[in-house]
Amino acid sequence: MSDLLKNTVRFVLFILVQVFVLNKIHPLHQFIVPYVYFLYVLWLPFSMYRITQMLVSFLFGLTLDYFTQTPGLHAASCTLIAYLRPFVVNILIPQEGAELNYKSPSPVSMGWAPYSIYVLVLTLVHNSYLVLLEWLQFGSFLYFMGKVLATSGVSLMLILITELLFFRKEKFRTNTA
Amino acid sequence: MDFTRQDFVIFQNFLQVRNIFLFIRRYFNFVFFVVLQIAALYILFHYNKFHEAIFSGVASELTGNIDGKYNNVTYYFHLKKTNDDLAKENEELRNKLLSNFDRPDTSQKVVKDTIPYDSLGHYRKYVWRAAKVVNNTVSLPNNTLTIARGENQGVHKDMGVISANGVVGVVINTSSNYAIVMSLLHRQSKVSASLKKTGETGQVSWDGSSPLYITMKNVPKSAQVVKGDSVVTSPYASYRFPQGILIGTVMDVVDDKTSSFYTLKLKPATNFFNVEFVTVVENLQKDEQLKLQEETSKINQ
Repeated sequence: MSDLLKNTVRFVLFILVQVFVLNKIHPLHQFIVPYVYFLYVLWLPFSMYRITQMLVSFLFGLTLDYFTQTPGLHAASCTLIAYLRPFVVNILIPQEGAELNYKSPSPVSMGWAPYSIYVLVLTLVHNSYLVLLEWLQFGSFLYFMGKVLATSGVSLMLILITELLFFRKEKFRTNTA
Repeated sequence: MDFTRQDFVIFQNFLQVRNIFLFIRRYFNFVFFVVLQIAALYILFHYNKFHEAIFSGVASELTGNIDGKYNNVTYYFHLKKTNDDLAKENEELRNKLLSNFDRPDTSQKVVKDTIPYDSLGHYRKYVWRAAKVVNNTVSLPNNTLTIARGENQGVHKDMGVISANGVVGVVINTSSNYAIVMSLLHRQSKVSASLKKTGETGQVSWDGSSPLYITMKNVPKSAQVVKGDSVVTSPYASYRFPQGILIGTVMDVVDDKTSSFYTLKLKPATNFFNVEFVTVVENLQKDEQLKLQEETSKINQ
């Protein structure tokens, strides 16, 4: 499957899962909102231009926004992590040129530990920014902290499950092949 | 080669313009990021003010369509429950039939004829339109429902929406075939309510914490409230809802010593977790009331 087709299918699937599965779960507590959709942004290929990454993430967030009737909220957060993504990858990539040898960030291409940090950092950034935008409209500081931590915890768990269920086999690419 | 002064100025200007281009090229990613952020935040804050997002007409037509397809599936699983509710509502309505009474109860009656005037001089105030819920959230801080009725079917902004059990919310946005309803579980939702027993009025809103209860504020402490009392729409809410539609029942009375008002915790009458069918209420005299109020407020200023 080509990258374009694969990512288009993922785009649709992530939106549908977030809107029709995760958002339909009866709320356990006001702090807990299960977010996993932004994994799409984390899975975008290394080779994509940064401009394209941001634009795709913006459209992705906006699509979700139109389903949840909060236009702009998720779009802003997705754009932020898409912008920060290359910086985090550059710091965490184990050896020079690994991003040329593999297609996209995954436990295989980056190694489990750096990949976990990559996911952890971007999840925290995404959720903090999302809740911050909500917090501007209502709530207290305690609400902000509680919701960021609880939501991130749930997100990380869901991402772990997703990674284990849909293990992405990453081929090692060389110049010679 | 010798430069004149003019040459030098041109060269300097050239350098400056070039610097700007260089700057933009160097930081193009960041500039683009800022532009996207501003766009997103503009849409977000603009929306919360007016409940009208950019492209929202096209977008709600599309999302409403997908929601409708999804609902076709889930609808099947709720058929039994829905049938029960409809049967119950039918029974309730039959009990209200005029033929059950010896003489018409003129003091309470809200006339629902299809002609604007009946022979007794009652005029028609409310029109009811049934609609199917195709999407519904309860877990977000601002919850909305999507219903499969829109402008083409006579649903407009600001109309009240009720279910078989009680108040659901207010229409905030419409496209040609779908409408978005701000449910009671929305932080900007405000409904004027009164205690059914004694008639004290207050305002029902939601604090965003749990979808299981809503709050009623500004109930004077002179009111005698106990757990289990009914709270209904007040006459002041008649702009959108007929008087006396059930909103919820009192679960808890919060007695704040520093205030002369009670805050009541209500259990919403509508079960927002499984609402399937709603009725949109149109107040035919809304424009007249609004016009009069506006004119008066102009005079008072």
